[in-house]
Amino acid sequence: MDKGKKITDSETVIDDMDDNNCWWWLVQKGTAATFATIALFAFLVRVAVSLHPYSGAGNPPKFGDYEAQRHWMEITINLPIQEWYRNSTTNDLSYWGLDYPPLTAYQSFVHGIFLRFFHPNSVSLFTSRGHESYLGKLLMRWTVLSSDALIFFPAVLYFVVVYYNRSSRSRKSDLAWHTALLLLNPCLILIDHGHFQFNCISLGFTIGAVAAILSGKDLVACVLYCLSLNHKQMSAYFAPAFFSHLLGKCLRRKHPLLEVSKLGLYVLGTFAAVWWPYLYSTHSILEVLSRLAPFERGIFEDYVANFWCASSILIKWKRLLTTESLKLLSFTGTIIACLPSMVQQIKTPSNRGFLYGLLNSSFSFYLFSFQVHEKSILLPLLPASLLAMEEPSTFRWFMHFAMLSMFPLLCRDNLVVPYLALLALFTLIFYAPGQNRVRENNYFYYYLGASTTRLILSGSFILHIVYLTMHPPEKYPFLFEAVIMNVCFSQFVLVTLGSNIKQWMLNKPVKLEMEKKLI
Amino acid sequence: MGMGKQKLSSKQVHNSCSPKTTTTVWWYFLVSTCIKVLLFPSYHSTDFEVHRNWLALTHSLPLSQWYFDETSPWTLDYPPFFAYFECFLSFFASLVDPQMVHLQEGLNYSSNTVIYFQRVTVVLSDLSLLYGVYRLTRNMDSRKQKVIWSSVIWSPMLFIVDHVHFQYNGFLIGILLISLSYLEEGRDLLGGFVFAVLLCFKHLFAVAAPVYFVYLLRHYCWGGMIKGFSRLLIMGGAVAAVFAAAFGPFFYLGQIEQVIRRLFPFGRGLCHAYWAPNFWVFYIMSDKGLAFMLRKLGFDIKTPAASFTAGLVGDSSPFSVLPQISPIVTFIMVLLALSPCLLKAWKNPQPKMITRWIAYAYTCGFLFGWHVHEKASLHFVIPLAIVAAQTPEDARHYFLLSIVSCYSLFPLLFEAQEYPVKVLLLLLHTILMWSGFSAQFYDGAETARVLTSRTKKKIDQSGSKGSSSAGLKKGGFAIGWIDRNYLVGLVVVEVWGQFLHPLLLGDKLAFVPLMLISIYCSLGIMYSWIWQLRSVVNSV
Repeated sequence: MDKGKKITDSETVIDDMDDNNCWWWLVQKGTAATFATIALFAFLVRVAVSLHPYSGAGNPPKFGDYEAQRHWMEITINLPIQEWYRNSTTNDLSYWGLDYPPLTAYQSFVHGIFLRFFHPNSVSLFTSRGHESYLGKLLMRWTVLSSDALIFFPAVLYFVVVYYNRSSRSRKSDLAWHTALLLLNPCLILIDHGHFQFNCISLGFTIGAVAAILSGKDLVACVLYCLSLNHKQMSAYFAPAFFSHLLGKCLRRKHPLLEVSKLGLYVLGTFAAVWWPYLYSTHSILEVLSRLAPFERGIFEDYVANFWCASSILIKWKRLLTTESLKLLSFTGTIIACLPSMVQQIKTPSNRGFLYGLLNSSFSFYLFSFQVHEKSILLPLLPASLLAMEEPSTFRWFMHFAMLSMFPLLCRDNLVVPYLALLALFTLIFYAPGQNRVRENNYFYYYLGASTTRLILSGSFILHIVYLTMHPPEKYPFLFEAVIMNVCFSQFVLVTLGSNIKQWMLNKPVKLEMEKKLI
Repeated sequence: MGMGKQKLSSKQVHNSCSPKTTTTVWWYFLVSTCIKVLLFPSYHSTDFEVHRNWLALTHSLPLSQWYFDETSPWTLDYPPFFAYFECFLSFFASLVDPQMVHLQEGLNYSSNTVIYFQRVTVVLSDLSLLYGVYRLTRNMDSRKQKVIWSSVIWSPMLFIVDHVHFQYNGFLIGILLISLSYLEEGRDLLGGFVFAVLLCFKHLFAVAAPVYFVYLLRHYCWGGMIKGFSRLLIMGGAVAAVFAAAFGPFFYLGQIEQVIRRLFPFGRGLCHAYWAPNFWVFYIMSDKGLAFMLRKLGFDIKTPAASFTAGLVGDSSPFSVLPQISPIVTFIMVLLALSPCLLKAWKNPQPKMITRWIAYAYTCGFLFGWHVHEKASLHFVIPLAIVAAQTPEDARHYFLLSIVSCYSLFPLLFEAQEYPVKVLLLLLHTILMWSGFSAQFYDGAETARVLTSRTKKKIDQSGSKGSSSAGLKKGGFAIGWIDRNYLVGLVVVEVWGQFLHPLLLGDKLAFVPLMLISIYCSLGIMYSWIWQLRSVVNSV
């Protein structure tokens, strides 16, 4: 537990004695106490956010994601397991039908039982459609809070312990700072505890898998990543990185084929275990699979800051091409975008490179794949937060625009107040007094210059205000959304380019070490 | 006049407060502000409507009717400065939403606008707390500062009472801290002046007035016939000017009697509906015990007409055996309890003791006062935080006291939604204090190393337990086995009241959980009073 303490003590004491360091007391008692304090605070923030409205509150007939999750609980506890994904008289799939893999269904089942125990009306079949009550909301909020505490928090602890054991230069207050940033990710908190979703589960499994890879336990990593994939198919954004890193590692061992097949066996085993109830016939498997890939919804919905939506201002993709060719096009685009990072990892797999690879592959999916939702920005945000120590300013920059890209969505959910509070809290934690993080080895400052960054930043603040206070011209009702989305898209492309370059730069370790020392 | 000395000290002050200190204290304040903002939609008590009504009342009625208006049951019962404050706020309120300040149409108005407006005023008025605690701590070393800031600015009690339940305690206690900071600097005139202002905001702070009086008389006005007398005149003039500014208009209108009647509603009874954890809890309990025993022995003891658990207490005596308590009795008891402190202040008035004395005075008022609210424990817990970082003994006492008095506020938030909020606030406070004091009194890395492995596990288990007393000998921060067991008992009381009681007994004896909290917390507060009394008496 206290591996972080093995760092040369004289150095850490001097560092942490820094008079204005606000982490000094947290780190006196070791990693466990530090983590406990920050986790309590992060949990308090989550509880406070959960007091606010959820998506689609009091908005019949379809409500929002809250109703979707509640409906899945209703379906899973009242119908036999084979019928969960099947359209029938009792299970109308057009009304929030299950469209996530089986692990989400099992999770809904467990939570449904919890709800039924305390408040049977909120999950009764048919009659509970659109159920909204004080107790119902409270119980639903608690299902997310408990999932967060049971999966995401331990995963972050695992990652932090592994990560700060690895690099010997780390300071204890760095650990505290990084933990706080990981646990207080404003986007994740707003979507899970405000808007209402269970991203903490799939992202928690992913963090666990990353930590397992960093500590050299590849088989554990495989199992955890498969669980993540089976909770939300969006976790496939990370698949290229996991695949290429593990493949690259296997190729460097004595018996590459044996190693690969061992990993494959674990993957298959996990999948088989999760899909067991549907393995009795190919038909039932296809039934579930067809629910997971909603191609009929078009290449993008609403306004999302990716390539297809941004370029649709000039090129009307939806009108020009059929869904089939768009599918192919987006697939090719995604593969091309993540190929460089995959090649780098297969050639020279390394832990740092793996983290960059995660960021790059998830970004390629966000920017180019089919049917991306604005909430999917959480996926690239995760590896960026894992890299916060290496790329502090990039992370802050990225977080800022990730938040902005979700601003219209959160406005619709009436979550403006928590949005502003959490953004402020994030900035405060980031600039906590005593963090001597002047390492601006950040490409923004190289390529854009300080004044340009300031200009963009203040521009984005103005966008917030404009979006809140002004009405768009009648001719272009979604003008502001389009502007926000294009601004975010341009910044995301910058971050992707930068992190791809960074990942390839890792191949020149000598030069990098020199730079580090100079800094 | 000693002005030279004062000027010198203020100059030193300005030199030593680096811009970094102010940045850090602002950082603490802004982090707490984020949490406060997030808590906006949480439950708020009837105090919210009380303050909304006062906004409407001061906005739409002329001054002459403020203390007579009875449109709402929540009549104005704070001194005039607070009414002026509400009048000031109501100006902005009328700009935001005129319905908010409408006397009739605004009744029980609770749209998002009014909630956000009133919550924002509380958050902004907390700036006085920030200034007060900053003034008091700006010359301390940075470690002490941080422990104090985190216990005052992030005080779980203030979060619960001000930002969920809804009141303006942070603002008022901030004024008290400003006054104390002047006294500690030796600028007695300003200290007395600010205290007079505070009294005109909320008269419940008057409990400490005797201590202020004796201290200022001896420390400011003593020494030489002419000098002393002239200073007495200056101080008297300053205080009188404040009171004239507050009460003058009502005196002029001839309403002073009505104002006094509103400010001191003695018809309310000895205890509040939920008993504040003070001395009278024991009194009531021993009355019940005696009555029970005497009945068993065959005496004819009548059950009193008025019941304490029912909430409202009328004129009839609620006691069956012991004599009834009148406001005068409580007044005398408070003065008696105060007397050792007054004696000390008379004999040797020293600025470095004043914060302890004031805190002690409020403790006495809380323990023996008439119709005390549980929220009044804020009046001494916050000032005690300022002196908590001085010695390990102080820290140990404060650690226990702050947990107990925060816990005693739990019944204020009775809805399920806020349950995790209050529990997390208390746990976070506990672990912050624990780590803060441990780091503060960190003597030699070796002892701490040995202890951490043991203490950490304990903290993880309950969040409120301590380390072995071995640490105390080495000069580190640790709490003894009695304290530890007491805190474990607190967890037991909470688990019983929240989970086991409803599970095992259902709706039967529904008053027992609250009563248990009162009794158990009053034990802790009594201990704190005795500890403070000892430290006041033993001080040199």
